[in-house]
Amino acid sequence: MFTILEKRSLAEGIWLMKINAPRVAHAALPGQFVIVRATERGERIPLTIADFDAAEGSVTIVTQAIGVSTRKLCALEAGDALVDFAGPLGRPSEFVSLPLDELRRRRYLFIGGGVGTAPVYPQVKWLHDRGVEVDVIIGAKTRDMLIYTDEMRAVASHLHIATDDGSEGFKGLVTALLDELVARGARYDECVAIGPMVMMKFVALATRKHALKTTVSLNALMVDGTGMCGACRVTVGGKTRFTCVEGPEFDGHEVDFDEAMRRQGMYRSEEQRRAAIEAERAAGHVCRIGLDK
Amino acid sequence: MANKIPRVPVREQDPALRATNFEEVCHGYDLREAMLEASRCLRCKNPRCVAACPVGIAIPDFIAALHAGDLRTAAETIARDSSLPSICGRVCPQETQCEGSCVLGIKGEPVAIGKLERFVGDWKLEQDTAVDAAPRNGRRVAVVGSGPAGLACASDLAKMGYEVKIFEALHKVGGVLVYGIPEFRLPKERIVAREIEEVKKLGVEIETDVIVGRTLTVDSLLDEEGYDAVFIGSGAGLPRFMGIPGENLNGVVSANEFLTRANLMHAYDAEYDTPIYVGSRVVVVGGGNVAMDAVRTARRLGAEATIVYRRSEKELPARAEEVHHAREEGIEFRLLTNPVEVLGDERGWVRGLRCVEMELGEPDASGRRSPVEKPGSEFDIACDVAIMALGTSPNPLIASTTAGLDTTRRGCIAADELGATSREGVFAGGDAVTGAATVILAMGAGRTAARAIDEYVRAKAAKSAE
Repeated sequence: MFTILEKRSLAEGIWLMKINAPRVAHAALPGQFVIVRATERGERIPLTIADFDAAEGSVTIVTQAIGVSTRKLCALEAGDALVDFAGPLGRPSEFVSLPLDELRRRRYLFIGGGVGTAPVYPQVKWLHDRGVEVDVIIGAKTRDMLIYTDEMRAVASHLHIATDDGSEGFKGLVTALLDELVARGARYDECVAIGPMVMMKFVALATRKHALKTTVSLNALMVDGTGMCGACRVTVGGKTRFTCVEGPEFDGHEVDFDEAMRRQGMYRSEEQRRAAIEAERAAGHVCRIGLDK
Repeated sequence: MANKIPRVPVREQDPALRATNFEEVCHGYDLREAMLEASRCLRCKNPRCVAACPVGIAIPDFIAALHAGDLRTAAETIARDSSLPSICGRVCPQETQCEGSCVLGIKGEPVAIGKLERFVGDWKLEQDTAVDAAPRNGRRVAVVGSGPAGLACASDLAKMGYEVKIFEALHKVGGVLVYGIPEFRLPKERIVAREIEEVKKLGVEIETDVIVGRTLTVDSLLDEEGYDAVFIGSGAGLPRFMGIPGENLNGVVSANEFLTRANLMHAYDAEYDTPIYVGSRVVVVGGGNVAMDAVRTARRLGAEATIVYRRSEKELPARAEEVHHAREEGIEFRLLTNPVEVLGDERGWVRGLRCVEMELGEPDASGRRSPVEKPGSEFDIACDVAIMALGTSPNPLIASTTAGLDTTRRGCIAADELGATSREGVFAGGDAVTGAATVILAMGAGRTAARAIDEYVRAKAAKSAE
């Protein structure tokens, strides 16, 4: 059973859950994801791993309750169990396979946006544990929505914070902060950006200007997550790739973000329809106009 | 004379009704009908049906037992060569195998061997068979994948006394029987789940949510988890697309995705959370069983559904019965038609397929006449969803994470006729080796590999005892 060992709120609607999953914890590497199912009739939800501890046999996931399925997941409490927790899936981050001496000569800049900050953490931690210098930018709408700041501070050489409203750190978008860091003379060999698709798109545009190699982690729609369905296909460098088996990390300068964003919304109206039925049902309303059909 | 009796028709759900539900199309024979149909068999001295069966079931023998009303003997006769009769009776392409070579078929209609096999298989599932678990021999085998190949391999090994554990990547056991073939063709609870129960009764353990190649590796199964051998029955792989413009538009999906949403995730049932989208017009590109399954699923979800296939009726690779059923359900067939572009609207959703008419030219390597484009024949078919059912290419997950495991030029796992791979102690069979094929071939490969694994483990034990 994939028992929830710990659950806590990180911000409004954002939950951290530590799951007992020894096999996944043992095999996981930075950059990989899992597929979870909260309930017997639930969807398979892909989530990028936010932390893993092989000794403890635990894997941490961070979820924002936005759709029917993520809300059901976030409604579970410590002591409850998820019906399924499969992984680790996808390819580990490229840096995992680089020789250490080469890694230590490189400077990395990580950019985490919103709930995407969580999967940045295991990557930064992995590099930090091996003596690699890493700077981190965390972005959020406002101070209350910032997550992982303390954890990140412990592993980053420099931590920069950007909020849209300026309630903490730099006032503005992460891309503006990135431009400012570069203007002030910061030099990096690679940028890794994880966050909303639109943020990754604009980070990739900004880093192209600075000729800075950029890796992004795509949260495409998936069903099985093992290569079987092809729902997660994305155009990278003009070629169709499967995010689940060839990603989830790709060269940000090669990704067709407009297509990726459009594809993410493919089932949105269908999901909204189901969410509306769910809400009506919860309110004890019986649909008479056939919306539940 | 026995052979003067016409083939006993099989009862089916009315086409108009079944096009609106997911219940099984074919009701199958009852005992009286089955015995009557069994009486038609001529019991040929040299039975061509046996030679044409991929696993060589003693067809006239089981039919003779059935004719005599001895269902137990009929079931035991089939069980010598097949472990999944109620499944194969439903999904085998009988018209190109056993029934296709039945002597009665030369002048009239062949014996309904598939329907008889199904009857016997279903009868057996109804019986409360107390299985004597074979005494354990202390040897352990890991099986990767719980589809037909894995289930067959595991059950044979368990019968020989092996401790067997199946690792399944998905949350549900059954592989293609569960995610691929729809409920209306192969009932999941009534048939598949019970066949799996039979395998579990033999003492086979099954762990779901384990992706071999990611969660574990073949090497870790052998070196860390202490298995004596591994059988890989991981299935076909990644869906193919055409490589034409517009294929990544919203509303263009693989048949694998569409069927997995409907079958595995029960998206057609409002009680389940997974969404599926059909719109009002669906076009399925392809002519195989998967294409038929997808188009008939779309029809049942309320869409006007069309098959687009580049060759002619004769070349349709799907089972004849599926094509027939599809037609009865109101599926339109646009044959000798090939898409050249997926057309999109301003929101990035598919709005149609630009197609060309084809004509058949010279036979290609597969012996089928290859289709050639008619110049200047472009036309558009409007649709809200386009489903690509074009076969699969091998999943690299296991081959790329297993040292010394050779693959074929096409990327499938290389295995000899007994299932042995280039790696000692590692065997493989089913679609992972052959590319997309049939349930019965996968089952047969699983059983053959079980014998080879037994031989291998025994030889190794004998060697280490020396």
